[in-house]
Amino acid sequence: MLKAEDILEGSRKAEAQKAGARMIRLIEDNDPSAFELLKQLYPHTGEAFIIGITGSPGVGKSTLIDALITEFRKLALKVAVIAVDPSSPVSGGAILGDRLRMQRHATDTGVFIRSMASRGQKGGLSRATKDAVVVLSAMGYDIIIIETVGAGQAEFDIASLAHSVGIVSIPGTGDGIQAVKAGILETGDIFIVNKCDKPDADAACHELVMMLGMRNLSETRWKPVVLKTIAQNGTGVDKLVQSFLSHLNFMKKNGLIDRKKKKLDRLYFQSLLKDLTLEKILVFMNNSTDFKEMLKKIESGSMDPLSAAELMVNNLITFE
Amino acid sequence: METKNKIRVLIAKPGLDGHDKGAKIVALALRDAGYEVIYSGLHQTLDQIMQTAIQEAVDVIGLSIMSGAHLPICEKLINMMKEQGLFDVYLTVGGVIPHQDIPRLKEMGVAEVFPGGTSFEGITTGMNKLFK
Repeated sequence: MLKAEDILEGSRKAEAQKAGARMIRLIEDNDPSAFELLKQLYPHTGEAFIIGITGSPGVGKSTLIDALITEFRKLALKVAVIAVDPSSPVSGGAILGDRLRMQRHATDTGVFIRSMASRGQKGGLSRATKDAVVVLSAMGYDIIIIETVGAGQAEFDIASLAHSVGIVSIPGTGDGIQAVKAGILETGDIFIVNKCDKPDADAACHELVMMLGMRNLSETRWKPVVLKTIAQNGTGVDKLVQSFLSHLNFMKKNGLIDRKKKKLDRLYFQSLLKDLTLEKILVFMNNSTDFKEMLKKIESGSMDPLSAAELMVNNLITFE
Repeated sequence: METKNKIRVLIAKPGLDGHDKGAKIVALALRDAGYEVIYSGLHQTLDQIMQTAIQEAVDVIGLSIMSGAHLPICEKLINMMKEQGLFDVYLTVGGVIPHQDIPRLKEMGVAEVFPGGTSFEGITTGMNKLFK
């Protein structure tokens, strides 16, 4: 049986890393005991700096995170990574290959890397990811890096989990309109043009700077930075780490970090409300005689699924 | 709910042999059978494999070995798993494994052996059997 106290030691003791890992497994498997444990862990969270890394497949997110870990470790900061990869919609299985690029950190006790399958959740990140962040934060990691599935265009979710969002792109992939229409310009705090040894790197940076410059930003808001890196050999990654830390300092100075944390709490609360309500109602409905009757009516053709669902929900929930 | 009871497998290649096509194909076959496969790549030390298995909270460690060193590698890893208290994690091994070595491997605690030539079906059936 897992105990919250064991998990709390996670970033310091090898034994406790195991407890944290098992805890995340319970979360993924939707085990009822996970919720109680999360409640106990939550008061111990809040210290970690949470960084989101997103971008299209193949831009080098995992390799970049590998290099980020190295740089953060030089500063003696403890790092946890959650790398999300998609589940197959057909088999439900998944190949989680992100940590392949980070394996040199596998035996560093100050580093914890965890792959997660998206398990059918939309937007690339699931509530399980948020719950896992709670665990890692309680374990005492200074930096938590979340790598999203490389979907690129549908990942606003990351902004509801991270304090600072890095968006990775590479030179020579279409015009900047791609970036604008995706809406990711508003989500990103730091824009990374990776694989900068490829041609057109400067052009890609200029384009990003220009697009970002077109936004109206007040003095009190963080001005997004554009940086060039070659993750493969670590070029520019020290600057990237400094940029993430300056963003954190900026937010601290302006009181933005507290506001952001409150916002993330609110979003967590809302997503929990949605999930818990839905679970409870679905269990209740699936067991009710109404449900079976409605199902019979739908099957026999005497009622359509839309009217049946409407009637059942209206019968069940009335707000006075 | 969809999120229930997924089996997590670590596929790793210990040591120096540089041939991972087989391991990758097995990873794909397992994904298609509904497993979540953590693929950790080539040239893994046993320490790396252990730490990865712990952090990823896997149910199975699947080694791919073509170097002929399957006996000492499996023996060492099984001892490490015991030391770390991973009693509920299965170890399976595939690759170039002579048939006469299979009884020895099973004796030391390897749950399943998939020598070269085993079909995907053979692998997934063998894996599924562990979780019946």
